[in-house]
Amino acid sequence: MAVPRFWREIPQRYNLEGTECPKCGKKYFPPKSVCDSCRRESIGKMKKVKMSGKGKIYTYTVIHVGSSMFQLQTPYVMAIIELDEGPRITGQIVDCEINDVKIGMRVESVFRKIGEESKSGVIYYGYKFRLIK
Amino acid sequence: MVGIVSYGAYVPRYRIESKDIAKVWGKDENIGKGLGVFSKSVPGLDEDVATISVEAARNAMKKCSVDPGEIGAVYVGSESHPYAVKPTATIVAEAIGAGPHLTAADYEFACKAGTAAIQTCMGLVSSDMIKYGLAIGSDTSQGAPGDALEYSASAGGAAFLIGKENVIAEINKTYSYTTDTPDFWRRESQKYPSHGGRFTGEPAYFKHVMNCAKGVLEKVGAKPSDYKYAVFHQPNGKFPVRAAKMLGFTSEQIETGLLTPRIGNTYSGATPLGLAAILDVASPGDRIFAVSYGSGAGSDGFDITVTESIERLDRNPTVESFIANSKFIDYATYVRYRKKLHLGGE
Repeated sequence: MAVPRFWREIPQRYNLEGTECPKCGKKYFPPKSVCDSCRRESIGKMKKVKMSGKGKIYTYTVIHVGSSMFQLQTPYVMAIIELDEGPRITGQIVDCEINDVKIGMRVESVFRKIGEESKSGVIYYGYKFRLIK
Repeated sequence: MVGIVSYGAYVPRYRIESKDIAKVWGKDENIGKGLGVFSKSVPGLDEDVATISVEAARNAMKKCSVDPGEIGAVYVGSESHPYAVKPTATIVAEAIGAGPHLTAADYEFACKAGTAAIQTCMGLVSSDMIKYGLAIGSDTSQGAPGDALEYSASAGGAAFLIGKENVIAEINKTYSYTTDTPDFWRRESQKYPSHGGRFTGEPAYFKHVMNCAKGVLEKVGAKPSDYKYAVFHQPNGKFPVRAAKMLGFTSEQIETGLLTPRIGNTYSGATPLGLAAILDVASPGDRIFAVSYGSGAGSDGFDITVTESIERLDRNPTVESFIANSKFIDYATYVRYRKKLHLGGE
């Protein structure tokens, strides 16, 4: 990932900043500049909104063979999280026993290191999730 | 009066026991008793000083109703900043929704960079240059495999929001004692620190902690029995207990803030985490004595009085809740988590 692209997405990656349609109230993450339902009526009117970071596991998978950046972390859980605000997003579940993870469990976002360009490159931070006990 | 408006802590979940480290190096498995360190915290593979600082800062902000936009300064003290050049403080500021109208910087002074950050924020708040300042002490400290430090070098951090309004604890006085003493250091590009062995004791830790503590007591005209709690820098479980005894503090006064036996030395996070653990249980009117120590060398002392406002603060998640949420790992897993393995293709 190029540094400018990562930098542009910092509000989303650090603080789960999405958008909300002022007409129908639907929330989007990642942010959209046009509402799927209200179309042209939403253009230029979408509001920035921060997601709470809380939601539930919609579905998940266990990664046993990771890419080079994640090979030390295997096996680990990747899940689709349905946020309380509605949007579904992909994220890693951390600080858990793999066998404890179940569909429907409540989770909250945490701030973690996502990856790095290289040993001398920029470090990417962002959201992951942990189970709410 | 300037003081602590809110505070937050974070300790990673993983732990390794001293006996498991001793086993690998053929040492006495009861070494933990000698050091006063029975287990230490270990950061996860995706945790570093930036993530620990952000979690601690978010926990501090969650407890109070302060608008992050009113924070005028963010300082992060650590000796394990993820970047050699590029501040951790800007990552923290962005992640709590503070800025861009603030000043920020990273501090380094071995184990006392966090308390130096508190002092800086006190100065800026007292002089009305800023309304609120966020001071963080956090580390993922390093110990070379087989070195004495490997039993204690751990990870964790605490954040303090410093201000003048609605303070949960007033900081009555701060005083520092500093000299040029090379007891512990890490040169540029070196992965692990070096230290002077026994030299880190009398002329380093004890000289600075004792003189700083005596200086605070003298300046405020107090005696050890005037305090409900005391916390000292805790590089192991023995030094702070001995320093407290030499000064006249009792074991009851220091036990709440003495975390090293269970989570190791969190370096810049050590005194701040001990103070946070005390604030978790303190009552209005309680007086707290705190003295940090950073090799190189210096100590920052604080005389603190808890106010009525602490009753209105939701103190969760507490330091003890982080300590209780633990998963013990073996030495092989520890080596993997601390990235001490050289992988193919690197």
